[in-house]
Amino acid sequence: MTLPSIIQPTRGLARPDLHALWQFRELLYFLVWRDVKVRYKQTALGAAWALCQPLMQMVVLTLVFGTFARLPSDGYPYAAFVYAGLVPWTYLSTAVAAASTSVVAEQAILTKVWFPRLLLPLAAIVRPAVDFALSLAAAVVLLAWYGIHPAARLLELPAWLTLEAATAVGLGLWLSALHVRFRDVQHVIPLLLQVWLFASPVAYPVSLVPERWRWLYGLNPAAQVIEGMRGALLNKPNLIMADLPACVALVSVTLLAGALFFRSIERTFADVV
Amino acid sequence: MSDIALRVHGVSKRYLLGVPPPTTLLREHAALWARRMLQRRRAPALTEFWALRDVSFDVRRGEVVSLIGRNGAGKSTLLKILSRIIEPTKGRAEIHGRIGSMLEVGTGFHPELSGRENVYLNGAILGMRRWDIARRFDEIVAFAEIERFIDVPVKRYSSGMYIRLAFAIAAHVEPEILILDEVLAVGDAAFQRKCLGKIGSVARDGRTVLFVSHDMNAVTTLSQRALWLADGCLVDNAPVRDVVGRYLATLAVDMPRGERVLAVPDDVPVGITAARTLGPGLEPVDVLPRSSAVLVMLDGHVRRPPRDDEEYFVALDVHGADDGRLFRTHNVEQRWFAAVPREPGAFRLSCTIPAELLIPGRYRLGLIVGIAGRQHVQEVYPLLEIDVVQDRLVANVWSGHVGVVTPRCEWKLMDA
Repeated sequence: MTLPSIIQPTRGLARPDLHALWQFRELLYFLVWRDVKVRYKQTALGAAWALCQPLMQMVVLTLVFGTFARLPSDGYPYAAFVYAGLVPWTYLSTAVAAASTSVVAEQAILTKVWFPRLLLPLAAIVRPAVDFALSLAAAVVLLAWYGIHPAARLLELPAWLTLEAATAVGLGLWLSALHVRFRDVQHVIPLLLQVWLFASPVAYPVSLVPERWRWLYGLNPAAQVIEGMRGALLNKPNLIMADLPACVALVSVTLLAGALFFRSIERTFADVV
Repeated sequence: MSDIALRVHGVSKRYLLGVPPPTTLLREHAALWARRMLQRRRAPALTEFWALRDVSFDVRRGEVVSLIGRNGAGKSTLLKILSRIIEPTKGRAEIHGRIGSMLEVGTGFHPELSGRENVYLNGAILGMRRWDIARRFDEIVAFAEIERFIDVPVKRYSSGMYIRLAFAIAAHVEPEILILDEVLAVGDAAFQRKCLGKIGSVARDGRTVLFVSHDMNAVTTLSQRALWLADGCLVDNAPVRDVVGRYLATLAVDMPRGERVLAVPDDVPVGITAARTLGPGLEPVDVLPRSSAVLVMLDGHVRRPPRDDEEYFVALDVHGADDGRLFRTHNVEQRWFAAVPREPGAFRLSCTIPAELLIPGRYRLGLIVGIAGRQHVQEVYPLLEIDVVQDRLVANVWSGHVGVVTPRCEWKLMDA
């Protein structure tokens, strides 16, 4: 017989319930599956839309910053350079935005069924990974057309993707929990992403950042991930590798504290949302 | 091994109303926190509302128990707590066994997805394993009678098909303890019979069912025992026929008349503990002739003196037969001043509703006690019911009434 489960007011910090998460792992799969299915229902182009966003941005950025402003691109063709940065950036920005609104977006389910609430931000960062995979495949084709063959360094990508996902979850946990109580969050996210885009080496190379500020720049997880993935794709040296441990530590703390924070206030979600 | 499936002990749920009105803006929270820091105590603008008060009961394994009571009595709140969706403010509940709850039909259904896709999605939301759903898929579809439409998006379903599919999924989750909220209220008669049959067979399998329904036929046929909730309190817990009998009796003649004693929670600073409607001889009455005034006598108690900037008030509402409010009258007004005493202790207030004001008919009084300009601490409606009757008929005089009140307006014939 199963042990009794106890329902009573909880106080203080609550640890993530890994057992419950494991029990509901299939729901994570179904939430992602639902979003992927629904996203392209009744669209003529279907999954091709996943490629349109980074490709369109590549054209615009290449025109404005590459051709008009003549930003340097470390000797690579600007289009290839910027696309290699857009692939990780598009994933990060989509995942953070989706994770932050994930809890409020599911308020209809939240108030009627119990399941580990942590699944919602988790599902929100897994779903854009499908688009990420597609645009990454397109990147390899594009680079090959420019005569760049990344080869063995592609094996670095999973590590960078892990750091990127951890960054998105860490931020997503904080923002989604705050969003339940403060709808201000939905107005903050576009601002945050806009500032973050320019604080990260998407349209310009890290070499443009003054050397005495590089240590601070290297703490930005987006900068690390973009520089890392671009380095792997273009086979280019990484200029902020020295700051990686500090950045990983920062992301880990954000993630762990975010998980504690989320768990501690998730019990009020259904009352407040 | 105990044969208890559910043990609920002293469960209470408090909501703070108006904290702050749109709860979702940062600026207002900052202001509230600042106020709390300065006062070291919770800002007084918060009104507490206890949706559940100290509810305790046990449910044995294999028992079917129904939960009855009026709207707003706390039934859904209790089910949500047992389903772990919300946390109780106080008390605890033990659940022995896997719980499956259905508080709504079709939670998480996505309109764009097909019936087949929604079966898997909804099953996963309700806690089913994928292979479990696959194994019971044909059974679910057959129960819902939608074989032909299983690959059509559910946005194209009729509402009946939608509900049948949703109920079919929930009915096949097979938890050890099933919690249902008002699911029988939907669907046509044939489908309702089918649902009732399913719930009955779930119970025969030895599983425990706790369900909410307003359909007293379903309640008496399905359950052995009923719990009756009123204003968040468990008022009755007995064999179903007894509880339903008593419940229906109060629905019919629930109106308190003549005099009434009121329970006031200890933490309320001021409250009315008894109310009476008195006739000309100062005896409690509930039927009064139009020609006599209605004297309402209120006994109250001040538990905590008001702060310097606070003033307690008592008000009465008079409602007509259709529940619409005719007017409200306060104990303190420009024309009279019968303030509630500021020091702790008992007090008595009387209010006279003038004679020949109300037309013959049935009226209900409502009571409001509070801190002027701040909050209400006690609201009772209906407080008491009275009938005003025509007392005499004078020939050749207009005795019909148009409108709701007949104030004494003086008419004179003037010189032209």
